[in-house]
Amino acid sequence: MKQPAITGSSRSCAARLSHGQGDAPPTRGHIVQGAILTRSRLILILGLLTLTAVVVSLICLHFGAQPIAYGDIVRVLMGVMTVDQTKTDGGSADITRTILLQIRLPRVLLGFLVGCSLASVGVVLQGLLRNPLADPYVLGVSSGAALGAALGVLCGVGTTFLAEAALPACGFAGGIVALVIVYRMATNSERLPIHSLLLTGVILNAIFSALIMFITSILDPNRSYGMMAWLMGTLTSPTYSGLVGVLVYLSISLILLFRQVRAMNILALGEDAARSLGVDTERAKRSIFVLTALVTGAVVSVSGMIGFIGMVVPHAVRLAIGADHRLLLPASALVGGTFLMGADTMARTLIAPTEIPVGIITALAGGPFFVYLLLWRKDRLA
Amino acid sequence: MRGVQESQPGGGNELCETHVVKACCAYEVHSLRFRYQSTESSNNPWILDDVSFQVSQGEVLGIVGPNGSGKTSLLKLLARLASPQQGGITLFQRDLTAMEQDEIARIVGVVPQDTPQLFPFTVAETVLMGRFPHRPRNRWGGGVGWESEEDVAIAEDAMRTMDIAHLAQRAVTDLSGGERQRTMIARALAQTPKVMLLDEPTAFLDLHHQVEIGSVLCRLKDERGLTVVLISHDLNLVSQYCDRLLLLAEGQVVRLGTPDEVIEPLVLKQVYRCQVLIDRHPTSGMPRVTLPGRQSRGNK
Repeated sequence: MKQPAITGSSRSCAARLSHGQGDAPPTRGHIVQGAILTRSRLILILGLLTLTAVVVSLICLHFGAQPIAYGDIVRVLMGVMTVDQTKTDGGSADITRTILLQIRLPRVLLGFLVGCSLASVGVVLQGLLRNPLADPYVLGVSSGAALGAALGVLCGVGTTFLAEAALPACGFAGGIVALVIVYRMATNSERLPIHSLLLTGVILNAIFSALIMFITSILDPNRSYGMMAWLMGTLTSPTYSGLVGVLVYLSISLILLFRQVRAMNILALGEDAARSLGVDTERAKRSIFVLTALVTGAVVSVSGMIGFIGMVVPHAVRLAIGADHRLLLPASALVGGTFLMGADTMARTLIAPTEIPVGIITALAGGPFFVYLLLWRKDRLA
Repeated sequence: MRGVQESQPGGGNELCETHVVKACCAYEVHSLRFRYQSTESSNNPWILDDVSFQVSQGEVLGIVGPNGSGKTSLLKLLARLASPQQGGITLFQRDLTAMEQDEIARIVGVVPQDTPQLFPFTVAETVLMGRFPHRPRNRWGGGVGWESEEDVAIAEDAMRTMDIAHLAQRAVTDLSGGERQRTMIARALAQTPKVMLLDEPTAFLDLHHQVEIGSVLCRLKDERGLTVVLISHDLNLVSQYCDRLLLLAEGQVVRLGTPDEVIEPLVLKQVYRCQVLIDRHPTSGMPRVTLPGRQSRGNK
């Protein structure tokens, strides 16, 4: 064998690669142009989505029992930043201001954060399980988290002053139990058929729901009504401190998840292929699991079980902008947040003054989409 | 191919020990024993039992054998996607178990059996994933990092080599089996590996692409000294394109040598439990396997 000795590093190999093949004109970047994600495309799309989110949030702030003029909204919001709030003259402007700042704004912000979280969790779970139907709600992770939170309430966690931090922790514990079970089932064989995965979710949902119903039935009627509404997925106007709690959970988790985006891309090739490319799949999976359960737990403990956002939003965004998680994750978060703000505004205005649990609206929007995927896009699923 | 064959006197282990200097061994595999661990029974049968062989640098080694003979497991062990219970593997004189997965990924490119793709990554994005092991260290753990211009140039070159440049913008979910397979090979090429491990690279391909992949691998071997280990069920294909063959049966090496030494009627009859006809390829002169016809079955 007259092969060159193996002293050349992979670098020299790379050099040979890029200078080989004389006939093709080596215009760099020509082939991949438009076929890969670039920084400018990322910034453009995220910018547009942020703009849309801001516009939609203004619209959401406008609607309510008493519409607030857009001019007033902008003025009050600007005023928050510049003028101190101690000056009160007791007029109608002041009422408007109170409605806006104490009721609508926190709720719209919470809707945005919850939507962001659910969509991000959906993206991550779909990538990890290599399955476009994965969603915390469908897989039973949400109901696991709900059971955890319900147990927390039963044990009196909700009544302590630490509720804002402790309930998400209970939700986290429940969520991670559910996730581990789902994942065990999903990786039991080489590749689990999609139907078995969904079946796992159905079973978990049934078990957890039964336990939650049991807890609900032994609570006193007043509390059990609140719990039913919460289970269906309801956003209420939170306090700003509660909002900050969710924000902290969410932003830490999202930042940590974002560290894994390139690994998530490669996991789409299959686990063995990803490992052969040097992805530490075990570590990636562990961190994705823990963070997913953390976000789901936090979200469920404040808003109950809001379904399908985690499935529908990532799927639609992926179709529109491509599968690269570097863009898919933040873009889905923005779209999910915007979507839930809108859905929640519908929930509180459609048959006002009665509020519909927002989970009903997202389920009505997402359920048919799920059926569509299962019936007509089956070829893409398994 | 002919020339390559003639440049190798003898075959089998002799090749590495006598003719080629030690530094040219890409892989050395010593008495490997491997079985899958399971919780229910501690005594699974050995998938691989006392397997030893060497792969020279710049060699194309074909692993053949009946279904369930341990071919894919062996390939996984070579890529360290699984670890043997006994025995050892060295990759360019270094113990495989002591290497980082990243480090292995810069040397060894793996093309697994066809896996359906579910997410609409473009072909270009998929090929660029091959640059992951070469990402810069310690910047967000390479998590978000962008590919450099060099990465793009290498990926483009791999795409030209595999003749998929025109597919760059297509989603991998929309590709035919052959196009997807070539994309996966291009992705492995983008790793700029010194060794390529391929599991049934031609399984889903039509004749044209089978020939194409065979000749691309041979060209890479000639031009860049690439070492190739591939699994195939197609004895005629490996006979044409491989320098040596490793015939596995029930986890053990039955024969290791040139196609001439391995593709023999008695050996194949023993291993595959079926009578085949073996003659010579009219142009290359390599052994050619023909399945028994209906008549001979009837006569028997």
